[in-house]
Amino acid sequence: MARYFTTEHEWIDVDGDVATVGITDYAQEQLGDIVFVDLPEDGAEIAKGKDAAVVESVKAASDVYSPVSGTVVEANAALQDDPALVNSDPEGEGWFFKLAIADESELAGLMDEAAYREFVANL
Amino acid sequence: MNAPNKSGWKPAMQAAGSGEGSAATHTGNRALMLEEPLIFEIGHRETTGVDLPAPSSGGSDRLGRFARTAPIDLPGLSEPETVRHYTRLSRQNYAIDLGLFPLGSCTMKHNPRLNEKVARLPGFADVHPLQPVDTVQGALAVIDELARWLIALTGMHAVAMSPKAGAHGELCGILCIRAALDARGESGRTVILVPESAHGTNPATAAFAGFSVEEVPANADGRVDLPALKARLARGGDGAGDVAGVMITNPNTCGLFERDMKAISDAVHDAGGYVYCDGANFNAIVGRVRPGDLGIDAMHINLHKTFSTPHGGGGPGSGPVVLSEALAPFMPLPYTARTADGHIHLVEEERADAFSEEHFGGVMQSFGRMTAFHGQMGMFTRALTYILSHGADGLRQVAEDAVLNANYVLRSLEDVLDAPFARSGPCMHEALFSDAGFGGGLSTLDLAKGLIDEGFHPMTVYFPLVVHGAMLVEPTETESKAALDQFIGALRHLAERARAGDETLKAAPVHAPRRRLDETQAARRPVLTWGGTDPR
Amino acid sequence: MRYLPLTDSDRQAMLSTIGAGSIDDLFADVPREAWLDGPIEGLPLHASEQAVERHMRKLARQNVTAGDVPFFLGAGAYRHHIPASVDHIIQRGEFLTAYTPYQPEIAQGTLQMLFEFQTQVARLYGCAVANASLYDGSTACWEAIGMARRITRRNLAILDAGLHPHYVEVARTMARFTGDRIDHVPPVLEAGCGEDALIARIKAAEPSCVVVQYPDILGRIPDLARIGAAAREQGALLIAVNTEPVALGAIRSPGEEGADIVVGEGQALGVGLQFGGPYLGLFAVRDPRHVRQMPGRLCGETVDAEGRRGFVLTLSTREQHIRREKATSNICTNSGLCALAFSVHMTLLGEKGLRALAAENHRLACHAAERLAQVPGVRLLNDTFFNEFTLLLGCDARAVVRRLAGNGVLAGVSLGRLYPDQPQLAEGLVVAVTETTTEEDISALADALQEALA
Repeated sequence: MARYFTTEHEWIDVDGDVATVGITDYAQEQLGDIVFVDLPEDGAEIAKGKDAAVVESVKAASDVYSPVSGTVVEANAALQDDPALVNSDPEGEGWFFKLAIADESELAGLMDEAAYREFVANL
Repeated sequence: MNAPNKSGWKPAMQAAGSGEGSAATHTGNRALMLEEPLIFEIGHRETTGVDLPAPSSGGSDRLGRFARTAPIDLPGLSEPETVRHYTRLSRQNYAIDLGLFPLGSCTMKHNPRLNEKVARLPGFADVHPLQPVDTVQGALAVIDELARWLIALTGMHAVAMSPKAGAHGELCGILCIRAALDARGESGRTVILVPESAHGTNPATAAFAGFSVEEVPANADGRVDLPALKARLARGGDGAGDVAGVMITNPNTCGLFERDMKAISDAVHDAGGYVYCDGANFNAIVGRVRPGDLGIDAMHINLHKTFSTPHGGGGPGSGPVVLSEALAPFMPLPYTARTADGHIHLVEEERADAFSEEHFGGVMQSFGRMTAFHGQMGMFTRALTYILSHGADGLRQVAEDAVLNANYVLRSLEDVLDAPFARSGPCMHEALFSDAGFGGGLSTLDLAKGLIDEGFHPMTVYFPLVVHGAMLVEPTETESKAALDQFIGALRHLAERARAGDETLKAAPVHAPRRRLDETQAARRPVLTWGGTDPR
Repeated sequence: MRYLPLTDSDRQAMLSTIGAGSIDDLFADVPREAWLDGPIEGLPLHASEQAVERHMRKLARQNVTAGDVPFFLGAGAYRHHIPASVDHIIQRGEFLTAYTPYQPEIAQGTLQMLFEFQTQVARLYGCAVANASLYDGSTACWEAIGMARRITRRNLAILDAGLHPHYVEVARTMARFTGDRIDHVPPVLEAGCGEDALIARIKAAEPSCVVVQYPDILGRIPDLARIGAAAREQGALLIAVNTEPVALGAIRSPGEEGADIVVGEGQALGVGLQFGGPYLGLFAVRDPRHVRQMPGRLCGETVDAEGRRGFVLTLSTREQHIRREKATSNICTNSGLCALAFSVHMTLLGEKGLRALAAENHRLACHAAERLAQVPGVRLLNDTFFNEFTLLLGCDARAVVRRLAGNGVLAGVSLGRLYPDQPQLAEGLVVAVTETTTEEDISALADALQEALA
């Protein structure tokens, strides 16, 4: 299983042709206490770089973009009851949605973990 | 799960005395600081504070099958309990009547009580909007007279009076632009340009009216980047561009006058667009500068800002929109027209075509109605009273004193608070500071909450978005020099504590009716009605 | 100038602190050609309190005051008695001169009031959640249509024939710019509300919502439950519009009848006629899951740092100051002080008072309808009504209203005024009767009508 990152602070785990997407620890720290996550519906088709979810803190709402194109196969229902999971475990239990990847070649432009850590260190 | 408040006021009262530095009291009250339960905790369905005839039984009933059977579950209070409940609640509010209220962009100035008295004259307060126009000539005269003042003060061609508040006025202006473009056959213009320092209502309004929104950058001075704007306009090509117009606040939200306003207007007009001016800050220039001389096509005027109708804890407002000759024919219904005999017509009750040529110099093509009835009459009477009290000379003095007070604050504090645009020249009616130089992880919010303990309402914080940790201070013309000096002293003291990293500020306020409130809990587990269910 | 505290010597001292030579230096960024060198010509100079009051009183006297004559106007704005304590409370400076409660530690008075208001409105409407107010009923109605579009992702709104024509016009105006489609037909002068015709329109379409006024513009009470069932079958939301909150003390709540969104005009309680504004937009939803699609401010309960109960504005990420072009609405300032007036009036009434007030309105209206229907040439249209009904005069009611106004009787709202383009409605006169109407008023109207129609 490979993990990639975007410059918009999303992470994406690829397992076969299914990808799991969430926001990074850096992103959740910047946002502060997460109070609500608006997730895509099952079956929604989302293009790479387009709005897929909205994550809200008390004073801000941020769009989450899909790192690759695909069809949503599952949204993380646990976030509806406990959006704080995004703060406590952003890169684990706080995942947002799973996608059936449409085009694996889109993964090519994404960063690996080391590249992302360096990207963040330079912000 | 909603936490039921059935025992709400007991725990609240018991906890009320437990704050640092305060001795607990039996009731939870502390002398004149009084806790107050909700009406749902003290009222009863069987209690009422009004005397009505006993409901008569028998007789005809025309409710059909719709007669109510279930209780509404509304608690009632007797009159003394009611008066006490709301009086005690009122004492937990800060207000302009209590002291300086330096909310930048919001303009909290004194609300003269003559305005309140006049608005309550039965001849204004007890008149129905659909009475025959012969029976409401005085009310229409108020609209007509206020309209004439607004047109004269802004140097514009006409004014739409019905918008209900500033944001509704923005919508009115933007719809006039849309209608004018459609009438020109240029429906393909779908982009509204908005500076990044704009009020949130600007992009929201443009989107609400079906436009797409693009941001225009600011220059290092805190003003619109004119070359960037021109470059964007040029992208549209040979006059058949995609830009419908710009929305610009002037004076802008950094408290600066847009020096290039005329050049901006010319560039937009040359590109075939219209210029909308957010008039939230008109109070800085009223009587000294006429927006009509700067090439503006539409501008709303927040009567509650410039003309001092009370904010009332969040409204009502009123947002008349002055219009250029190009946009005037598209203004919303209804409007008034005065004929030579002195009679004032309400155009809509009477047909527009009877007045178009004679009154407006062209054929009216109103885009339609934005609200039921005729607008915020209760605000018109107050604003007109305020305007007549000041007169043309007094209004000019209002702008000058507002600008003088803001510059006095700016120059008295720029050595202890970072003022990012202080070198851009004088400010207008508001002074902008940032959190640069604060130590110990302290933020703008901490300083703002510290002001509460000093007996002041905080300034506007974190707006405009273009300045980090922005603090926008608008003292208004209402403040005396002594009041300003006291405020400056308090803010100096707080700024020094913030620079020194005094962490006790993070606990502020400690003297207010409540300490900092848990907004995260409020948003994660919303409890929006008493005894209600969790919206999730 | 009585509202300006600075003295000339203050101004001089402040200018020297600033380092400016004169006030003109502070306006240096304004291009010289845009300066006005003196007060704007043609406008009067400042005036004393007495002089201004005299002028305004003169204008006020040129209006016929509702309370001075037999008065029967309604059609979206109602005259009720407002207890004296309501005006006293809203004139307290701490409410009157406060701002939107963005600093909750020093705004608990306004916030707790809003929380109570939201609860009162939700209960009155039979809903789960109400917001902290919008401008008025007509704009609230449009906001509800927009919300239905966001929820259903459809853009056809079906408006019932009985919806207030101003509300219809506001929706039509806005729809022209947003790409929504509006399906509306004018009302028919019949005793019932035409539910069958409406349901046929619903079944023939895939609307986002069906908008029904309850009671309607002619005073009739439509069968919301039946209409709602048809709407649900088509996947549409039922939006109920109420322009007379006192009615809900006597008839079932729209939420109880199955409305998904309930909006209305709150003016009738506490606010007064005021020639049409400021009024009070009410907005509530039956399903709490719809709350994130709601427009306008919401007040919620929480605790402070010491664990004490307190209130804050919440779920603000829906609003323009955060969400900007993606906000649910562009509304900022709402009708805060009118919400306070409504809430105080409702607290004074309580369940018992509101039910008694509603019963009294209905009793008087029934009596008036019977009395007026006895006037030769006059026919009562309605099967059902609360405190407002439609009379058919057999001639142009608009001319009759004007003639009666000349004789000192404000008879009601003619359908010709409301529907100038629908001559088939011209004989209709909408008459409202409230607890402020006296037996003498009813007799005066009956006599005046008899004379006018003779």
